[in-house]
Amino acid sequence: MSQDSQPATALRMIDIHKSYGSLNVIKGVSLEAKDGDVISILGSSGSGKSTLLRCINLLENPSKGEIYLGDEKLELVPSKSGELQAKSRKQLENMRSRIGFVFQNFNLWPHRTVLENITEAPIQVLKQSKDEAVGQAKLILEQVGLVDKIDAYPSHLSGGQQQRIAIARALAMDPQLLLFDEPTSALDPELVNEVLAVMRDLASQGRTMLIVTHEMRFARDVSSQVVFLHEGHIEEQGTPEKLFENPSSARVKAFMSSHQ
Amino acid sequence: MNWSWDVIWEYFPRLFDGVWLTLELVLYSALTGLAIAVPLALMRASKNRLVSALPWAYIYFFRGTPLLVQIFLIYYGSAQFDLIRNTSLWEIFSEPFWCALIALTLNTAAYSAELVRGAIQSIPKGEIEAAEAFGMSKLVQIRRIVLPRAFGIVLPAYGNELILMLKGSALASTITLLDLTGMARTIIARTYTPLEIFFAAGMLYLAIAALFILAFRFIERWLNRYQYPR
Repeated sequence: MSQDSQPATALRMIDIHKSYGSLNVIKGVSLEAKDGDVISILGSSGSGKSTLLRCINLLENPSKGEIYLGDEKLELVPSKSGELQAKSRKQLENMRSRIGFVFQNFNLWPHRTVLENITEAPIQVLKQSKDEAVGQAKLILEQVGLVDKIDAYPSHLSGGQQQRIAIARALAMDPQLLLFDEPTSALDPELVNEVLAVMRDLASQGRTMLIVTHEMRFARDVSSQVVFLHEGHIEEQGTPEKLFENPSSARVKAFMSSHQ
Repeated sequence: MNWSWDVIWEYFPRLFDGVWLTLELVLYSALTGLAIAVPLALMRASKNRLVSALPWAYIYFFRGTPLLVQIFLIYYGSAQFDLIRNTSLWEIFSEPFWCALIALTLNTAAYSAELVRGAIQSIPKGEIEAAEAFGMSKLVQIRRIVLPRAFGIVLPAYGNELILMLKGSALASTITLLDLTGMARTIIARTYTPLEIFFAAGMLYLAIAALFILAFRFIERWLNRYQYPR
C-alpha cells in the first residue's frame, strides 16, 4: 500500500435489515469501517445496537443486506424462515475466526482455565501448535495485566478480570476486527475502568473496533466515528466532536445531554 | 426366630461370585449404554425434527416398558426369528448373560440419553455462542465445549441412574443368571434360610451402592473442580 492511499476497508455493511416476525429491529443500516477505525455505536436500549453488531458475524441472521469483511463478501442465502444464512458454513467459520467478539456477559468457558480459554480457538480453529498458542497467550495476558491468573478458572475471577480475559481470548485470534457488545454493562461500577483501560490500549494500537457502549466519555475519547442508532436506523453519524458537541438531530442532542 | 450367622459365612464366597456377575452386568452395560446415549442425546437436542424423531421413539419405548419385559422379549422372543436362530447371532441370543446385558444396555442408554440431553440443553447459551463466534465447527464445539460441559452437569444425575441400574440388574436372575440375587435364590433353595441370605445379599447391594456413590463424588469433584474455590 502506498503511503498516501486511504486506509483499506475493514468492514462494510450494506442496507442491513433484521426483523423478528413482524417486529422490525434494524431498518436498513449501512456502515463502513476503515482499518484502524474505532466506531462507537450509541443509542437508547431497544434501538437495535446489539442486534446490528451480532448481525456482522451472523450470531443473528439479518433478513436483508450485504456484509463484507475487507474485500470478501459473506455469501448469504435465504433460509426457509426468510432470514439470510451463510451459503457456506466454511466461509462463515473462516470469517468468524477473523472477527473478535466480546460479549456483555463474557461467556468464558467455565470448565477451562484462563490459559485454556485463550488457547482453545487458536489451537482448534487456527490449528496453531500448543506451544505457539501458549506462548502467545502469555504475551496477551501480560498486555491485559493478568499473567498471574493464568491457571485460574473463570469463576475465581472478578467480573472485570473475566472481561479482560474475554478480550485476551478474542485477541489471541489476531482478528482483523474486534466487536464489543456492551462490554462493561454487566460490571460493577468500580470494575468498569480496568476494562476500558484495556480497550483504550487496543484503540491506541490501531485495532479496528466496533463498540456498542453506554460509556459516553469513553466513546468520546477513543472513537474515530460515532454512530447513533434510533429505532433501527442511523439517526446521526460523524466524528465524536460533531455528535457530542454539535449534533444536528434534536434526538441525539437530548440523548447526549441526559447522558453526560 | 431362628437366625443363623453360620449360613451367611458358609455361603458368603458363593454370594460374592454373584457380586462379580452383578458388577459385570452393571458396568459393561453402563459403559456401552453411555456410548449409545451420547449420539442419541445429540440427535435429540437437534432442532431438526426428523433427526430428533428416531431417538425420541427409541427413548419412549425403553422408558415406557418394564425392564423385565425387555429382558423377556430379548431372551424368549429372539428365538422366534429365523434370522437370529439360523445365524451366528444365535450364539449371542441363546446366552442369558448376553441377553441380560443387551437389555440393560438398551434400557440405560434410553435413560442416560435423556439425562445427557437435559445437560446439553442446560449449558448457558452464551458459552455455545462464544464458540460459534470464534468460528468453531459444530464438531469442534461438541467435542471441546458441549460434551465436557454436559458431563460435568450430568454427573450427579447419572450416579443416580447407575444405582437404579444396579438394582434393575437383579432382574437378570429371572433368566437363570446367577447374579447376586440369582445366587441368593439358588442358595436359599438349598438351605431354606431366606431371611439370612436375602439379608446378606441386601447388605452387599448396599455396599456396592456405597462404592458407586463414593466413586461418583470423586469424579464429580474432579470434573467440576472449576466450581469449587481453590
